[in-house]
Amino acid sequence: MFPDSKIPEGPLAEKWDKHKFNVKLVNPANKRKYDVIVVGTGLAGASAAASLAELGYNVKAFTYHDSPRRAHSIAAQGGINAAKNYQNDGDSVYRLFYDTIKGGDYRAREANVYRLAQVSVNIIDQCVAQGVPFAREYGGLLANRSFGGAQVSRTFYARGQTGQQLLLGAYSALSRQVAYGKVKLYTRTEMLDVVIVDGQARGIITRNLITGEIEQHAGHAVVLATGGYGNVFYLSTNAKYSNATAAWRAHKKGAYFANPCFTQIHPTCIPVSGDYQSKLTLMSESLRNDGRVWVPKEKATAERLRKGEIRVNDIKEEDRDYFLERKYPAFGNLVPRDVASRNAKMMCDEGRGVGSSGLAVFLDFADAIKRNGADWVSQKYGNLFDMYAKITGENPYEQPMRIYPAVHYTMGGLWVDYNLQTTVPGLYATGECNFSDHGANRLGASALMQGLADGYFVIPYTIGDYLAQTPPKPVTTEHPAFKEAEAEVRARVQKLMSINGTRTPDDFHKALGHIMWEYCGMARTAEGLQHAKAEIQKLRREFWSDLKLVGTEAEMNQALEKAGRVADFLELGELMVDDAYHRNESCGGHFREEYQTPEGEALRDDENFTYVAAWEYTGDNQVSALHKEDLRFENVKLTQRSYK
Amino acid sequence: MAGSNPNAKPMNLTLKVWRQKNRNTQGGIVDYQVKDISPDMSFLEMLDVLNEDLLRKGEEPVAFDHDCREGICGSCNLFINGRAHGPEPGTTTCQLHMRKFNDGDTITIEPWRANAFPVNKDLSVDRSAFDRIIQAGGYISVNTGGTPDANEIPIPKEIADRAFEAATCIACGACVASCKNASAMLFVSAKVSQLALLPQGHVERKSRVENMVAQMDKEGFGACTNIGSCAAECPVGISLENIAILNREFLSAKATSNNLA
Ligand SMILES: Cc1cc2nc3c(=O)[nH]c(=O)nc-3n(C[C@H](O)[C@H](O)[C@H](O)COP(=O)(O)OP(=O)(O)OC[C@H]3O[C@@H](n4cnc5c(N)ncnc54)[C@H](O)[C@@H]3O)c2cc1C
Ligand code: SF4
Ligand code: FES
Repeated sequence: MFPDSKIPEGPLAEKWDKHKFNVKLVNPANKRKYDVIVVGTGLAGASAAASLAELGYNVKAFTYHDSPRRAHSIAAQGGINAAKNYQNDGDSVYRLFYDTIKGGDYRAREANVYRLAQVSVNIIDQCVAQGVPFAREYGGLLANRSFGGAQVSRTFYARGQTGQQLLLGAYSALSRQVAYGKVKLYTRTEMLDVVIVDGQARGIITRNLITGEIEQHAGHAVVLATGGYGNVFYLSTNAKYSNATAAWRAHKKGAYFANPCFTQIHPTCIPVSGDYQSKLTLMSESLRNDGRVWVPKEKATAERLRKGEIRVNDIKEEDRDYFLERKYPAFGNLVPRDVASRNAKMMCDEGRGVGSSGLAVFLDFADAIKRNGADWVSQKYGNLFDMYAKITGENPYEQPMRIYPAVHYTMGGLWVDYNLQTTVPGLYATGECNFSDHGANRLGASALMQGLADGYFVIPYTIGDYLAQTPPKPVTTEHPAFKEAEAEVRARVQKLMSINGTRTPDDFHKALGHIMWEYCGMARTAEGLQHAKAEIQKLRREFWSDLKLVGTEAEMNQALEKAGRVADFLELGELMVDDAYHRNESCGGHFREEYQTPEGEALRDDENFTYVAAWEYTGDNQVSALHKEDLRFENVKLTQRSYK
Repeated sequence: MAGSNPNAKPMNLTLKVWRQKNRNTQGGIVDYQVKDISPDMSFLEMLDVLNEDLLRKGEEPVAFDHDCREGICGSCNLFINGRAHGPEPGTTTCQLHMRKFNDGDTITIEPWRANAFPVNKDLSVDRSAFDRIIQAGGYISVNTGGTPDANEIPIPKEIADRAFEAATCIACGACVASCKNASAMLFVSAKVSQLALLPQGHVERKSRVENMVAQMDKEGFGACTNIGSCAAECPVGISLENIAILNREFLSAKATSNNLA
């Protein structure tokens, strides 16, 4: 039996209101008797921790960063969606809902997505009240832009630094609760396990990253807001420290992992320049509003370009192939991310890629500069152009940017019900850490929206329902489950320290990244995936016999931190491959070469795969058990996505 | 694979790196050689090369803080050849690229030095004092829910833009590290002026500035003597105008304080 997804009955538009009415409430005087552990202080975690503390719960907030303000959320550039319809251009809660369901290629839950669209409007109000300096028009009202292929302007932004400003807003709310003593903040503290007492999440085990101390923490409920797992690919646009350890540890303690193979590859990133490359930098999607994507028409031209025999500005207009405009006349350069990424790959596979590696396409602003002037372009994209110039040493005002797709976001994550509760009672997951709202592909500017929706407006209600049914007795770390979990964590850390082999954690991470990108990246095949599975297993064995670490575990040891995270990636990677192998269809970010339309577009199999794949951990080196949550579409009709 | 500049030659460098086991021990400079450094590498990628090398040889890698590697999280903080974030103006350490250096160079790499930023290990320092200053008042006191519609209070674009500029501080601490008094005025002023400029922040402006300044003093940051090296070295261009705003806010708060105590 699949666990109940707890979607409320009734018409779509009334579900959330009804649910809020039906959930149990914790008596205000009792709230201070409950301790809630929040792991992660990015957008999803900081907003949850602050809001729960405001309600009166005692919150303990954990982050491995030195400050909550440094979470990966800080790097989000483009913006945050909300169905405010301030532009009077036909937006509505229903349209945002519809776009998100369609954009996700019909692999998300209707009820969750509708709720997300509903609360999106409150997020903007909340952030403005906190002092988030969104972009404004001359009249003093908020500005919007259209983003990521949306046909309405519903994206709120703060220049190219929206994530920064939203996170600083949530961080300020969190800081206020720290000052009031309602949140106790644990920085540079990494959660390494969940503690389950009588089938319910009752605490966590952590390691202090400065002293190496292993500690136990108890709470009546645990919220994981620990971000996505894109770094399983080694190279991604995620921050270097982003990792899957918290989610993976929870998975191994009973939380199902949903749709792990749904990863998003972002089309506009700065290409890899050498094998020392440590991360990839996103060039905001907004650039596609004015930049035109092209490669040379002829393979031979591309070859000469790569060898440095000709320069890009020598290539005549008629010898350029603006492939997105050619193939998708209606959406042109603004097709969704998965479509844009796959097409760039196709061009490079055909041998028409540019840059010395041949793994890049051009993003050209010459027309925009001609039309509106370099000043206008600089006003709009100045900081992105500067960043590009800093990293590549090239001037994008004079020659087109080179871009290539890169791993950016993970739609998969811990399975949660409508209350954001995982399959472990008392354990919740919010933000990018859960799988809930984006189906097989996420729309631009919707991750920030989801993280804040979960943290500010969903979890504060839904966690109350659980706590109201939990006696308000103090929780302690006395139960033997804490000692056991701590012993396991210690044993694992010591095992890592004692292997004494020859290869560094980064070396293994890079090797894993290569396998994942090659076989479980932009295009996948059954054969390739099977090969990848064997390779990952082999690499995992090598890891546990040939890892090299130095120093001790009782001090700051960054290589040890890294090793623990790589160990978890090596297990998660295999599950991703299994998931991609089992899903015999193409949808959204999951493209199986065997399943495509004659035009090369993703071909879904709605008959057989309109479900969430939720994987249950069954033991080390065992095959995970697959559970299916059927997705029922009562409000939208499933259609083949078309951006022609 | 070559990068954007196929003709750029790899470099060999001498690094003089501050090594310190932990907060309670003395540190010192240790010399290292790194070879075949591509000019297209970032500074931190160059340190990755060093660290991989050290680890393989069984020596302890150099601890340093970093995360986003795109100049926005504020984690990276190296004092390179006597300058916070190195030689390139308006650039964080992670966005500094090796093409700014030459083959054969000697590069000195030290942590931020300030009493309020104790060293954790090697190049990593503890900047939690910044968090405590924000906790003292760097917020607008609104709870989740019950806020008015976002367009209810129009804010002139110029004001909103100025508030945004102030709000872009990444809390890296370069201002403190560059100041001979180790003053945190630029950091504090950035938050004070962001919130003082916005109408939402007006209600609490007096107590905010008083409490944040009091916390800053308590953390052991030095006094501001208007030298301006903070703003000169700030990677995101937080301007001295913010310090002027802070001083104005502080004086008027003192004159007409709402703090009853
Ligand atoms: C370059 C870039 C640009 C983006 N731009 C946009 C955009 O314009 N619009 C948009 O909507 N989305 C954007 N996204 C996506 C979006 O930024 C993220 O999905 C979102 O910020 C994730 O927020 P989060 O709170 O879930 O996780 P994160 O911000 O990743 O926070 C994770 C938190 O968990 C903590 N943590 C993790 N594991 C542990 C552990 N084991 N122990 C203790 N603490 C732990 C971390 O310290 C951190 O505090 C972008 C992403 C990237 C990479
Ligand atoms: S004011 Fe500038 S230098 Fe100082 S902490 Fe902020 S960003 Fe860093
Ligand atoms: S690593 Fe984030 S600013 Fe440098």
